Amino acid sequence: MKEVIHTPVQKVEEEEYHINMGPQHPSTHGVLRLVVTLQGEIVKRVQPHCGYIHRGIEKMCEKDTYPQIIHLTDRMDYLSAHINNHAVCLLVENALQIDVPERVKYIRTIMDELTRIQSHQLWWASFGMDLGGLTCFFYGLRDREKILDIWEESTGARFLQSYYTPGGLMQDIHPDFQKHVKEFIKYFKKKIKDYDRILSGNIIWLERSRGIGMLTKEEAINFAVTGPSGRGSGWSCDVRKHHPYALYDKVDFKEVLYYGGDTLDRYRVRMDEMRESMHIIEQLIDNIPEGDYTAKMKAVIKLPAGEYYQRVESARGELGVYCISDGNKTPYRLKFRTPSFSNLGVLDHLSREFKIADLVAIGGSLDLVIPDIDR
Amino acid sequence: MAFSIYDFTSFNQAIDKWLYDLLPPVLALIVEMTLIGLLFLVFYAIVGLFLVYAERKVCAFMQNRVGPNRVGPYGIFQTIADFIKLLMKELIMIRNSDKLLFNLAPFIVIIASFMAIAAIPFAKGLHAIDFDIGIMYVIAVSSLGVVGVLLAGWSSNNKYSLIGAMRSGAQIVSYELSVGLSLLTIIVLAGTMQFSQVVEGQANGWFIFKGHIPAFIAFVVFLIASTAETNRGPFDLAEAESELTAGFHTEYSGIKFAFFFLAEYMNMFIVASIAATVFLGGWMPFHVGGWAGFNHIMDWIPPLFWYFGKTGFVIFLMMWFKWTFPRLRIDQLLNLEWKYLLPINLVNILIMAFIVLMGWHF
Repeated sequence: MKEVIHTPVQKVEEEEYHINMGPQHPSTHGVLRLVVTLQGEIVKRVQPHCGYIHRGIEKMCEKDTYPQIIHLTDRMDYLSAHINNHAVCLLVENALQIDVPERVKYIRTIMDELTRIQSHQLWWASFGMDLGGLTCFFYGLRDREKILDIWEESTGARFLQSYYTPGGLMQDIHPDFQKHVKEFIKYFKKKIKDYDRILSGNIIWLERSRGIGMLTKEEAINFAVTGPSGRGSGWSCDVRKHHPYALYDKVDFKEVLYYGGDTLDRYRVRMDEMRESMHIIEQLIDNIPEGDYTAKMKAVIKLPAGEYYQRVESARGELGVYCISDGNKTPYRLKFRTPSFSNLGVLDHLSREFKIADLVAIGGSLDLVIPDIDR
Repeated sequence: MAFSIYDFTSFNQAIDKWLYDLLPPVLALIVEMTLIGLLFLVFYAIVGLFLVYAERKVCAFMQNRVGPNRVGPYGIFQTIADFIKLLMKELIMIRNSDKLLFNLAPFIVIIASFMAIAAIPFAKGLHAIDFDIGIMYVIAVSSLGVVGVLLAGWSSNNKYSLIGAMRSGAQIVSYELSVGLSLLTIIVLAGTMQFSQVVEGQANGWFIFKGHIPAFIAFVVFLIASTAETNRGPFDLAEAESELTAGFHTEYSGIKFAFFFLAEYMNMFIVASIAATVFLGGWMPFHVGGWAGFNHIMDWIPPLFWYFGKTGFVIFLMMWFKWTFPRLRIDQLLNLEWKYLLPINLVNILIMAFIVLMGWHF
């Protein structure tokens, strides 16, 4: 006999009603479903229902070898594919204590920062669209195309690159890589001023974001809201600063911090991070040393039995990979600590007692990527 | 029967006389009304199609895109293709919806815009009906559309639609005040509510120049308030697609959706032509006092060009800020009206009345 599972029904106060935002809704950026309890226009509760794009990546990892796992990580947070790859690569390299060539570190750092820029560009585009400024969407995507072109040239793919391998890279960069990255930096430095002109100084936009969705530093720590969303509350949580990997301990960059904790400050953090990322790339792009693009690796990679943890700073927060190996060529268990999942947890807390239009703004400011939540 | 592109009065009178000679008075009246109705239908369709195309091109150019460019040269037949597609789509009936109101709502919206267009003068002697309270009539009729929006939201049996409709109700009722008061500022200056006389009064200078700063303030307020009244961005809260998917017309499909869509563009056309008529001189050419040669050249341009040029300019302005600004929130929208626009407007009317009393206007 089939057992019927009853989901607990939440008590509805008088004059309250539910609406379903999603799984198909323009502002949930994917298949996230929010059950919103409203009183008039005021949001009383938000219940996120995830799992609509759950593909069981963690389970699939248990039967895949480490180089194969790289290809699955692309599909988690598809906007920071390189950085996801980086996490697994670093995990394997640190476990086997392999020194990757200096050239690889340079290229990986540049690629990571390009990833961050394009992710923030797409975030800016869709955030503008959430607030009704449709033109932002096209501006953001136009500039993001330039980075995708650079990637296509070097990695062969525009979106899900799977460019990093344990020990190095799939292939060497294209001879024109440096030239095109420098062109892009020059181009985007001009265009980011346009971004400020169309949104940052706009009175409607300021009114829509100032004081909306207040997150204090303590709450950010309690809810484990990392990345730009946490740094907008003044929580210094940049993995690149606190646990440097690749070349982040050698380059000069600021950890962008704002202390307001509202939607406006989360916005400002990302805008400044784009500038910082360009600053990092500028320091590295001319100095890429010659050498191999990969370290010598065994044909079959086996991690010694034990537990490993590696974290990196993805475009939306701290991405952690926790791996238990029993000495085989596949991990015994792999767990991803994805930033979007914990950032989603704070959505209900932030948007209570605000208007439904603010819920959309807050959701946009947390920069959720749904496949990253569901994995 | 002298046909002149500068003055349609004698041409229209000739047709009128010919019809009355030919037919008994009642029949002649019916024929005239049918003719005008048909003309407006055709006009409505053409303007609607053109405006949809224009909006898509304007927003495309603002967004680094090309816009429609496949159907016909420069994609000019794109809207016709879209319209045919909409005609052929299934009309989905929503379960548990109020069938009568659900079907009635698009017609109310479109009838309201139809009625408003009747009072607008396109050129000298070229308007359907010249009320002596023309401006009043247009304000009254154009606000009927909100009834259709409210009915659509209510009868759809959809919470998104209902929220959209409620927002739209609050919005239009509030902004109606500002539209009325800003037009009243100009009525004080013009001394008449009859559209033909309002236009005649601007023969030696448009009201926006004649009325000093108060007229300009009234123009800006009218532009903001009328954008809000037509539910266009940045005041498109009733159909805020990032919050309410499509707001009050979420559940409409096919030709019923097309009605709402068309009505939105026609409302935009109507408020733009009111702005052009009341503030920018309607079909009156641009004259500068004392420059006889220049004025003569301006007179040579037919009034229809002037009228559509000015209306097009105002429409372009409205499109411009729709595609630039983010959307307001409902409380900010009402704050803007009740805390800023309304007091500004009231003071503005007083100043204008004072200027007119003292005879300081041109």
